[in-house]
Amino acid sequence: MTVPAGYFFVLSLVLFVLGIVAFFVKRDLISQFMAIEVMLNSANLAFLALARQAHFADAQVVVFFIITVAAAEAAIGLAIVLVIFRRRKSIRTADLNSLKG
Amino acid sequence: MVIIVFFALAVICTGAVLGMIFSRNQATSALLLVLAFAALGGLFGLLGAPFLAVVQVIIYAGAIMVLFIFVIMMINMGQGIAPEKKKGIIVLACAMAIVLLIELVFAGRGSLPGAGVTGPGVTPTDLGRLLFTTYAYPFELTSVLILAALVGAIALVKKREP
Repeated sequence: MTVPAGYFFVLSLVLFVLGIVAFFVKRDLISQFMAIEVMLNSANLAFLALARQAHFADAQVVVFFIITVAAAEAAIGLAIVLVIFRRRKSIRTADLNSLKG
Repeated sequence: MVIIVFFALAVICTGAVLGMIFSRNQATSALLLVLAFAALGGLFGLLGAPFLAVVQVIIYAGAIMVLFIFVIMMINMGQGIAPEKKKGIIVLACAMAIVLLIELVFAGRGSLPGAGVTGPGVTPTDLGRLLFTTYAYPFELTSVLILAALVGAIALVKKREP
């Protein structure tokens, strides 16, 4: 007995929406970055579920590439967060208002 | 049996993300996300992707979240920041989230005809063969990308000599 692909799909939608809520509720750069990672992972889950249903084996290669690119993105993003912290002594998004007119 | 595993992993995953939303401490939320990503690895395994399950646990729960925890320790915010003081924003965010979820489920329902059918899994052998034949060029490009990210991260964080 296998699990219907729709269950995985709905779970991924729930995770994506939770990631959006986390992004808007959190107020520091690192937590918002973690919320983005949650959304990225839920997209991976939806992709795998739909690809399995469509018998599309190449999807796993694509998800593998997504995970690899996410690793590169996390490294650069965290480096940017560190640079912001050194210059501003804060990672609260409310303090990053120098572009405000 | 499989469906019990699915629901257990789904509850762990959703609960960990909810805990991450409500926790004030960044280190706690990072550790909860490790749990959520490990559970997601289990879900990948259920979807017939054993290699991606292992990759998810090693790279996401292992490497990326350890990087996050390193940065949290380096920044050391002390008390941590409370999620959000204004109640109105939380209520608005939750309401919009529920609307978005209903909309997404409604939109996705049409794309799942006969949602009970799932195909056979892909073994790591098949995946490796695909990766080194059809997708050899993107694979090599990815290694260049990782190298560029490595050099870029070091160049960004390095203290400038006067």
